[in-house]
Amino acid sequence: MFGKLTWDAIPFNQPIPLITSLVILAAILGIALWVWRKGWWPYLWNEYITSTDHKRIGVMYIVLALLMLVRGFADAIMMRAQQSLAIGASQGFLPPEHYNQIFSAHGTIMIFFVAMPFVIGFMNFVVPLQLGVRDVAFPTMNNVSFWLSASGALLINLSLFIGEFARTGWLGFPPLSEKAFSPGVGVDYYLVALQVSGVGTVLTAVNFVTTILKTRAPGMSYMRMPIFCWTALASNLIMLAAFPVLTVVLAQLMLDRFLGFHFFTNDGGGNSMLYMNLIWVWGHPEVYILVLPAFGIYSEVAATFSGKPLFGYRSMVFATMAICIISYCVWLHHFFTMGAGANLNAVFGIASMIIGIPTGVKIYNWLFTLYGGRVRFTVPVYYLIGFMLTFVVGGLTGVLLAIPPIDFVVHNSLFLVAHFHHVIIGGVVFALMAGYTYWFPKAFGFTLHEGLGKAVFWCWFIGFHLAFMPLYVLGFWGATRRMQHISDPTWAPWLNIAFVGAVIIGLGIVLTVVQLLYSIKTRDQRRDVTGDPWDGRTLEWLTLSPPPHYNFAVLPDVHGEEAYWLRKQTAIKQDQLIEEPDYQPIEMPVNTPTGVIVAFFASLCGFAIIWYIWWLAILGLIGAFAAFVWYAWRDEHEHIIPVEEVRANARERRRVRMEHLHSLSQST
Amino acid sequence: MTAGTEAPAIGLTHRASEDTGHGHRGPESKSIVVPYGFWLFVLSDMVLFSALFASYATLVGATDGGPTTSQLFDRNLVAIETIALLVSSFVCGLALITAKRANMAWTQFWLLLTGLLGLVFLSIEIYEFGTMIAEGAGPQRSAFLSAFFTLVGCHGLHVTAGLLWLGTMMAQILAKGFRQHIIRRLLCFSIFWHALDIIWVAIFTIVYLIGTLP
Repeated sequence: MFGKLTWDAIPFNQPIPLITSLVILAAILGIALWVWRKGWWPYLWNEYITSTDHKRIGVMYIVLALLMLVRGFADAIMMRAQQSLAIGASQGFLPPEHYNQIFSAHGTIMIFFVAMPFVIGFMNFVVPLQLGVRDVAFPTMNNVSFWLSASGALLINLSLFIGEFARTGWLGFPPLSEKAFSPGVGVDYYLVALQVSGVGTVLTAVNFVTTILKTRAPGMSYMRMPIFCWTALASNLIMLAAFPVLTVVLAQLMLDRFLGFHFFTNDGGGNSMLYMNLIWVWGHPEVYILVLPAFGIYSEVAATFSGKPLFGYRSMVFATMAICIISYCVWLHHFFTMGAGANLNAVFGIASMIIGIPTGVKIYNWLFTLYGGRVRFTVPVYYLIGFMLTFVVGGLTGVLLAIPPIDFVVHNSLFLVAHFHHVIIGGVVFALMAGYTYWFPKAFGFTLHEGLGKAVFWCWFIGFHLAFMPLYVLGFWGATRRMQHISDPTWAPWLNIAFVGAVIIGLGIVLTVVQLLYSIKTRDQRRDVTGDPWDGRTLEWLTLSPPPHYNFAVLPDVHGEEAYWLRKQTAIKQDQLIEEPDYQPIEMPVNTPTGVIVAFFASLCGFAIIWYIWWLAILGLIGAFAAFVWYAWRDEHEHIIPVEEVRANARERRRVRMEHLHSLSQST
Repeated sequence: MTAGTEAPAIGLTHRASEDTGHGHRGPESKSIVVPYGFWLFVLSDMVLFSALFASYATLVGATDGGPTTSQLFDRNLVAIETIALLVSSFVCGLALITAKRANMAWTQFWLLLTGLLGLVFLSIEIYEFGTMIAEGAGPQRSAFLSAFFTLVGCHGLHVTAGLLWLGTMMAQILAKGFRQHIIRRLLCFSIFWHALDIIWVAIFTIVYLIGTLP
């Protein structure tokens, strides 16, 4: 009846996961109850859960990412603590089988359920606004994508309470991840959760490539698109081509595990190198899926806060698209040591170094954007400068690793761990924090507290260097990654410094929460009434903060690069706005619970597969299909916003902008 | 939205926005955006199959002492399968033409025929799989057979999903008539169905033809 699921699956004898999951359950119940008592459920349901509004979906993605960041960080600090404690005679507080689950969960969660939803959240929120349109190409599918990602996250976290998680590292290499060596449900949780969220990611890619290539405001030609849209395009093209490969390789491992196939097994002619190749054909482009939109955020921040156009816009576009393509030609550098031969290694080593060239172009572009500008040292600029200092060093250690003979020495060591955290924290996380600060007022109508934001930056910046620079040293000394116990006591000082670094990063995360709560409490002091708090240059700053559901009363006409800046300067010069347009009623897609229903059945089906409860799995599939058919049968696709409402809102908006304009022209 | 009319030129679309493709005149209409998005999905599906083809090519020699390609495949059976699928695609095209003329009886007939031919294809595939498994050449036998069953079976799963979609579409056309968005969906279905042909041609060549070379 319940497959492999028995009461033994609940970790009654392991206090850490048991207490954690009880606390989480209590927190979820408490929040649900609180929301219910406040009478907010209808609002949540109508404005967020079933919303097809790209801005709301973007916010939900980022909330998911922030929650998962806390989970992923909890894993991180436990690892650092364990390595500081378990030296010499001491065994620390985590037994090996638990420690292995933690480092696997940390990597999986940070990449798939923190970085990915964070980046996709920004693309959701920003891209349609910057393109000057009202929504993405497929608003309902967008909602479905989000809920599939969320159900993947749910399954991963369920493994804490029911059963166990994989002990195989974040990419689950066979033959260790095969049934013979990992008979438990841990790897199955990993596989199923990634499959479910992977479907969501492919749908997102379809959605955004279509949106960027086919729905832009009139006059917005390709070479007038903001850089963030270009990087989003590149990132989504990579997703479109890379994620199907991940689906295939995980499906093959599932077939091995569930049905006794022989793709990657030791017997039956299986070939585990096939897994390495396929997973990294997805895995390396994945790095660029994350970092390209991060580069886009830095570009927006650099131009806005320097008060001048981005230096070398065209070279930035070409560099982005070059990285998009070259990202597919380097995957083998993840396994130089696995016997591909010297010539092949040389080709991939050189390709890996070539990718540093367009990245270098970008660094100079940002520097020259700042150079000669009137730089305002706001929080996003702190992250920009912190990023450039950090990322260049991280990139250099990457070039070292791209040299096969050096890779033979330091592969699988803490040097590697330090390198990829260097580029992912220094590159991606800093950008996400910069973007969070930069676009927060657009989403909620007030800015975040500046001082606390800077404190968070310093925590990340100092914490990161303390936590990971020692790992380079230890890596050179031969410390391999993923060790539950350290036998050499001379490593202790470096590991302790790394632990202190992790604690400081933790302080930064706590301060982020404090900053959010404090900013909400004192929001009246920092209201953004103009819709343009940073003196921005791109179209998202043209509309209100927060923007109306339909974004723009009429789609803006674009006449050059930096559409909004041009418009703003013309208006200041002429001391008037453009002529009032002829407003029309606006048709917007209606809300739909399809996404949340499909995700419910997908979670049910996924859980059933993990535990071999086949009747429930079939029920889940039928339910998801029925939900789709029910959706396809709808008659009402859009609702109309009457012209009176549009006109009234737009006139109020024009009045505010006019006042803002006067204050600007008086100040200059 | 009433039957037979395109979306008004507001909302996600823009006045005078038809067919420039360079963004100079605003967002494209839904009749362009929807099939374009679906083409992208089909492309990602092609990537999925390319990974399966790569796996097959890697593992085709890994028979682990078990049966090899030339011992297993029957060209005649596969020829019938192929004809059924290709004709089904042609018939699907006819269905689209009659649907654009809003001819209910013929549309339903051609769609039914599309589905029946798809069913013939699927039955032969299931028969082939069944015989192989009965002979002890199931996917658990060797890495080669794992890759074979996964590649061909994945295509078969796509055909099954297509049939499910087709049945739903037939019911929907019957219940709702030839509305603009339903015609768009039918167009997407036909793109999907033709794409499965392209993949089948590759499977036919790489798996069956090369596999039965003397």
